[in-house]
Amino acid sequence: MEYNIWDPLHECLERKDLQHLQLERLRAILDRVAKVPCYQEKFRQAGIGPGDIHTLDDLVKLPFTTKEDLRLNYPYGMFAVPMRDVVRIHSSSGTTGKPTVVGYSRKDLNDWSNLVARFMTAAGVVPDDIVHIAFGYGLFTGAFGLHYGSELIGSAVIPMSGGNTERQIMILKDYGATALVCTPSYALTLADRIEKMGHDPRIYLKLRVGLFGGEPWSEELRREIETRLDIVATDNYGLSEIVGPGVAGECLRRKGMHIFEDHFLPEIIDPETGEVLPPGQKGELVLTNIVQEAIPLIRYRTRDITRLHYEPCECGRTLVRMEKTMGRSDDMLIIKGVNVFPTQIEEVLFQVEGCEPHYQLVVEREGTLDTLEVQVEVNENIFFDEMKKQRAFIEMIEKRLATNIGLHAKIKLVEPSSMPRHEGKANRIIDKRNK
Amino acid sequence: MKVQQISIFIENKSGRLAEVARVLGEKKVNIRALSLADTSDFGILRLLVDDTDVALETLKSGGFTVNKTEVVAVEVPDQPGGLCRILQVLDEAKINVEYMYAFVERNAGNAVIIFRFDDIDNAITTLQGKNVSILTGEKLYSL
Repeated sequence: MEYNIWDPLHECLERKDLQHLQLERLRAILDRVAKVPCYQEKFRQAGIGPGDIHTLDDLVKLPFTTKEDLRLNYPYGMFAVPMRDVVRIHSSSGTTGKPTVVGYSRKDLNDWSNLVARFMTAAGVVPDDIVHIAFGYGLFTGAFGLHYGSELIGSAVIPMSGGNTERQIMILKDYGATALVCTPSYALTLADRIEKMGHDPRIYLKLRVGLFGGEPWSEELRREIETRLDIVATDNYGLSEIVGPGVAGECLRRKGMHIFEDHFLPEIIDPETGEVLPPGQKGELVLTNIVQEAIPLIRYRTRDITRLHYEPCECGRTLVRMEKTMGRSDDMLIIKGVNVFPTQIEEVLFQVEGCEPHYQLVVEREGTLDTLEVQVEVNENIFFDEMKKQRAFIEMIEKRLATNIGLHAKIKLVEPSSMPRHEGKANRIIDKRNK
Repeated sequence: MKVQQISIFIENKSGRLAEVARVLGEKKVNIRALSLADTSDFGILRLLVDDTDVALETLKSGGFTVNKTEVVAVEVPDQPGGLCRILQVLDEAKINVEYMYAFVERNAGNAVIIFRFDDIDNAITTLQGKNVSILTGEKLYSL
């Protein structure tokens, strides 16, 4: 099998050459952030300066940057260039408090396009493709990132944006899209709707590849999307604070997402203590942006939980691979002292024949005890006319959950469509403990 | 000899039973008999109606999760010991009853017992062999 690589020079560097480049870029970026008041203050408190960084191992001496820092410096306080050099503003949704604002210089936009072109090429996108982008165009970085990457590759972009599923399906079909860009849960919504219309999505659409991101998803969900749409589905990773999509992406080996390490220095830390963990350990991903001009962030805490693998990949890239994110350190539920990620529960449900991935988690506290209830939508395949069989089915799932997450969860069957269907991120958790 | 029954998943929240009755009423579907098995979270509503296909389609398009199952309707004289005789027949033949419910016919003075069996064909043969009166679908739907 042949693997296309967009930028072989940077994606296939020998590790010592890569490290050399990384150190050079890190030192340059530290000189630049030293002008930002927030970093001046952080460096002063830590008693460290750009001159104290001699090797990549010295990175741990630098203080973390958090979302809170961006909020405190809202809107432009973290920018390292004057506004005359900024050509674009993006921001997070700001569902909790003020949004976080990021800026791009002209060079940043150019770099960003190239980073996205890297992972889109790795996912199999070629100039002949017609790329349907169903992320919302707006302050959110997702749509624009994939848009620029596709254009740079030379594919035809359909800037569809989000919403209106019927119209999405009409355009997907009529314009003959071969590549789909959206959240994984929306890909399923599309498959559902096409099936409801009485068509087989595998034949109805010409889709060949799907690039999904914006929310954590399991291998089971990938298999379901691939089977129902007959496509090759890949994952990619990014966050608006660090460029947007384009931090990492899967190649067709699909053994983790290659982090573009010539742009970003990855670390894995223990989310509780902040201590750096050795390679292969599960923890929170921390990224340092060593190229960006407008808003370079040092040791930014992504809150995403993952693992890094440094063994070389068969695709030829030497870049480190990160596993699919296993949830966020702030989405991680601690129930009776057990760490639970919604994706773990999703995996169990997927393995139950006939079960669909429509579920919601409700966490409550009865007295001093935490309880977890998993609400699962019933359908004809898992609905039995006999109470004995219905109860046995529920107990079977409860048993499997207990084995997999180490915690008793109560399964509650609910009527179909009683849960909100999100066109963007699926909101699966209702935590009633802190009210 | 088999009768079509509809089972509906009912989430335990207010108005769901009323909703079933409403959508069926709108389509002029008449309910002949019903039983509800319930737990604290959900219930299984079983219905015998005069038009099973219309009821099934109506409920599905109304967003309900519905299954069709086959049951046996047995007619017994509405008098003490009527039910006992039937159950003894089944017991002797080691036929397992999954569930049952009953109603009384309006004019004939008979009771009708609806049985759900694991092995429905064996149950029918056994009951017929003991001259138990089994109602056909047509007869039952029009009662």
